Order: sequence, then C-alpha cells, then structure tokens
Amino acid sequence: MEDKTAYFDNSASTRLDERVFEAMKPYYFDTYAVATSEFAYSMGIDAKEALEEARSTIADSLNASPGEIVFTSGSTESSNMAIKGVTSALKKKGKHLIVSKIEDFPVLNTAKALEKQGFEIDFIEVDGSGRLNTEQLAETITDETVLVSIQHANQEIGTLQDLESISSICKEKGVLLHTDATHSFTRVPIDVQKIPVDLITIASHTIHGPRGIGSLYIRKDTPINKWMDGGFQEFNLRAGLENIPASVGFAKAVELVTEEENRQIKALRDHLIERISSEITDVILNGSKEHRSPHNANITFHYVEGESLTLHLDMRGFAVSTGSACFSRSLEASHVILGIGGDHERAHGSLRFTFSRYNTLEETDAIVDAIKEIVAQLREISPLYEKK
Amino acid sequence: MKFPYSEKVLDHFKNPRNVGKIENPDGKGLEGSPACGDMVAVYLNVNPETLVIEDIRFESYGCASNIATASIITEMAKGKTLDEAKNISWKQATEELGGLPTVKAHCSVLAVEGLRAAIRDYEEKHGLVSEKETTTEEVVRRRLKHVMNPMAGLDIIRTELVTKIEINEGSVRILIDLPSDHQFASAIKEDILEKVKSLWDIEEVNVVFTE
Repeated sequence: MEDKTAYFDNSASTRLDERVFEAMKPYYFDTYAVATSEFAYSMGIDAKEALEEARSTIADSLNASPGEIVFTSGSTESSNMAIKGVTSALKKKGKHLIVSKIEDFPVLNTAKALEKQGFEIDFIEVDGSGRLNTEQLAETITDETVLVSIQHANQEIGTLQDLESISSICKEKGVLLHTDATHSFTRVPIDVQKIPVDLITIASHTIHGPRGIGSLYIRKDTPINKWMDGGFQEFNLRAGLENIPASVGFAKAVELVTEEENRQIKALRDHLIERISSEITDVILNGSKEHRSPHNANITFHYVEGESLTLHLDMRGFAVSTGSACFSRSLEASHVILGIGGDHERAHGSLRFTFSRYNTLEETDAIVDAIKEIVAQLREISPLYEKK
Repeated sequence: MKFPYSEKVLDHFKNPRNVGKIENPDGKGLEGSPACGDMVAVYLNVNPETLVIEDIRFESYGCASNIATASIITEMAKGKTLDEAKNISWKQATEELGGLPTVKAHCSVLAVEGLRAAIRDYEEKHGLVSEKETTTEEVVRRRLKHVMNPMAGLDIIRTELVTKIEINEGSVRILIDLPSDHQFASAIKEDILEKVKSLWDIEEVNVVFTE
C-alpha cells in the first residue's frame, strides 16, 4: 500500500532511506556472522570489520575516536547507560545529579528512578524560550555532584542549549557532563575536541537510519560501569549480540546527511513558521527563535485542542505531533511547555512539526492551508473563542 | 487510514450535530476547564409546559472523544423531557457511539456532565430544585463518581481509588490510593478539584496521594 501521508513527525521517527537499507542488506543475507567470531572464521572477520568501520564513521561525525563509541539499542539505552553507569562508578564521590526540567523521558525518568534509590536530583529551570540559566547551573553544582545531564536540542520545542558554556562550567567544577543529542545529531554538529562534553546520546531513527540502534559517546577515561550483564561485547560495556546490519545502516545514515540538506530543511521549517504566524491569529511559536534545531517548529494555536487538530490533519493525510494531554496515553500535558512557563491551555493546543529530507515545499504549503481551515472550524465550536 | 475510534465517533467528530450557542438559553451548563484539557458548554431551550428539550446546542474545546460525545448527547436529549434527559448516562452515550478508548473515558464524561449541569441550571432558575444541600461525605462521594480512573475506564469510587473522605468546616480532604508520581495522578487530581471545588459550602480541597 502506498503511503501518501505527508509526514511532519520526524523527531518521533524518520522514513528509512533506501540507500541505508541497501547498505544493511548484505549483513542480513551474506555477512550474517557475529563480530565475536572473528577468530573462528572469515565471515566473522568481515562482520567485525563492518562493525568497526561503522563505529569509525560515527566517531568521525563527532570528531571522536572509535574507541569512544559504544553501540546501544537507541537513545533510551544510551541515556540509561550514561546516567546509571556514571553514578554507579562514582557513588563514593556523591549522590547528587543535575538534569534540566525539560529533558526527554529517558533522562528524566532515569533521574527519577535514581531519586527513589536515594540520589538527590536537582531539576533545574529553563527560561521562557527553553534555555538553561548557566549561572544557576554553576550554583547548583556541589562537591557531591557526580553528573550533569543537559540535552542539546529539546525533543518538543527544538531549543538548543548553550553546550559550550555548560560544558566549560562542568569542566571547571570537575563534574561530568552527559548530553542527550538525539534531536540535534548531525543537524547541529558537536565537535568533542572543542566542546568538553563527556557523554553523548545519539540515535539513528531521527536521521533516516534504522530504529533500534544508537550510540553513547564516552570520552576516554570517563569512569563508567556497565549497567547490563552478559557477554563482553562493546568494550565490555554493553553486553548483547552486536547488531551489525543496524550499525552499518546507522553509519550510512550519518554519511548521507549533508549541510545542504540541513539548509533545505531549515528553509521549509522557516517557511511554515512564517506562513502560520502571518496567516493565523492567536498563535505562539514555542521555544527559542534563535537557538533552535533547524528541523523543528512548535506552535500553539489558542482556543483549540491539539488532539482534535492532529486527528483532522491525519484525516487529510498529514502526520504531526501535539503536546496535548489527550494525545498522550499518560493524559499529562507536555512537561516541556509547562516547563517554559506555559499553562495547560498552551500545552493542549500545541503542535510539533519536525522536518526531514523527504518533506517538500508543496506539502508544507498544503499543511498550512489545511491548518488554517481546521483551526477556524474548531475555533468556531470552541467556548473559549470570542468570535470576531 | 486507521484510527483508535469507531466510525460513528469519527462521523460525529467530523460533523458534530447541534453545534453552537443559543442566545439567551433557558438553561446553560459549562463543565471542565482549559487546564483539564477539555471543556464543554451545553445550551438548552425548554418548553415550560411539557419540560421537553426543544433545542439543544453545544460548544467544545476538547478532543475527539469529547466532541463526539457532546454531539451524540445532544441528539439523544433533543425531544426528551428534562427528567428523561437527566438519566442519559455516559455508558449509554458511549454505547451509542460504538465504544470509546478506555483511556479517553474522562474526556467524554464531561459532555454528559455538561448536559446535566444545563438541566440543573434550568431547574434552579425555574424553582424546580429544593434547598441547597450541605456537603456531606455522601455528596462528595457522588461527585467523585464522575471522576474517571483512566486505568479502568470506570470512576474512582467504583474502582476503590478513594480510601477516605474527611470534611471539616468547609475543608475536604480526599485520600487516593495511588502514588503521587503515578502517570495518572495529576490528571485525576485536576478532575477531583474540578468536581469538588464548586460545592457551595466548600472552601478548600486537599487531594492526598499515598507515598
């Protein structure tokens, strides 16, 4: 069945690039051995080589060394490994952890899980655009602090943190820094030679790679314990059979992202923001205008409820995401919109548009046209909207 | 395309019946709030002789479940007497719609509440209601029967989430058998506050979760 959906939910997941699929195929059908068989037969050597080549490609994208890249099953595992691994290795130093209030669930809920085990967590505030106050961060760090975990780009509103300042504060205070870069990886480059961040969560599913594969960058000599027991794979840090086809696919996906593509995505995103802001009344752009991941737009449409809006859009062939409580199974309004000082109504009426290489100008214009009609229709029946 | 809703829910969501406002209605009900994520207003025109609902309209700031339930409720209530309409239950509305996802129960129950509030408003304005009743544990319990437990799709009284209700000089304390960091805790709390705060002789409502 041909999928005609115009998909604007690329922070949730992206369409696999066919070139990625082609790169992966031989590792399912021809070179299907595991890398640990390298001393047993040649197919094992081929597998090991493919895995290490993929590791090098991913390391290059961060200007890191291959020995600093551990493959995982994705962002959730990477962030769990970083936070649980470091806090476990440094438990003699202290039990204090700092995360921002608007982190994605892999970080937020890992921190909350540690809190139940007796860790003290500071969930630090962000400003109205989603940016962290670095002075406040510096003041919050104590002798007991073992790790700071601050995301690079926010998953919902796209706001980018000032990673350079944050990492230099952490370095100055002698505290390790983890950043969840799932929603900025390859869109906003990080050079680990220039920015002294110690651990970075990255994943493949947001850049047209396969799902179920990600990496954790671990700066050399970072104290970290494995958090999962099993075999000795991945430098004895991540047990489990190596997912070689997915690793190869991940690396291929990294290679395919270009600066030109990022410019095109940003232009489409800006076009959408510009049209919505000028053609629809009572809207707010959530997140920072200036410090923003190039593929993200998050807009609140006042007086309408997000799930209704997304459902109408879906019926017309457009896929977007919303911060509405009704959209989530948890019935919780977006903690990010609330975290930047928005009220529940602002969260309920917010829509997240995230772009990829497959979005076009035609479908961007078409979704804006559809939104104009649907918002007008829903406002017409809303008891909150004063008809003008 | 596949949706988590029945064809009938989608039909009422896409083409809601009896939408809009009645200027100078005989009865009006407003339930929910933007903070809860759903809000519904129901307007009635009633024949004073027969007490039959002659016109009914609604406005909704809500999700698909909320809009569809409000729409079906107006169809079900039109032409009925106030007493008949009062007895339309959330369960009947849901059955009429061909079912709703369990997790969405609390969004749709508001529409039923809106209709009942509009009827109450009419009755109060037309001297059909007796004196204001003092808030007792039973009154609070009755109100809490309209707060859904999203895990079960039934109310929090029937699913025994409420372990204790204490009333003391205008202050109500409600104990809920759920940890405060449970995924549904804050949604349930919002709903409880919404239902109990409006009682005429209550000034303070405390919802306490177990730790």
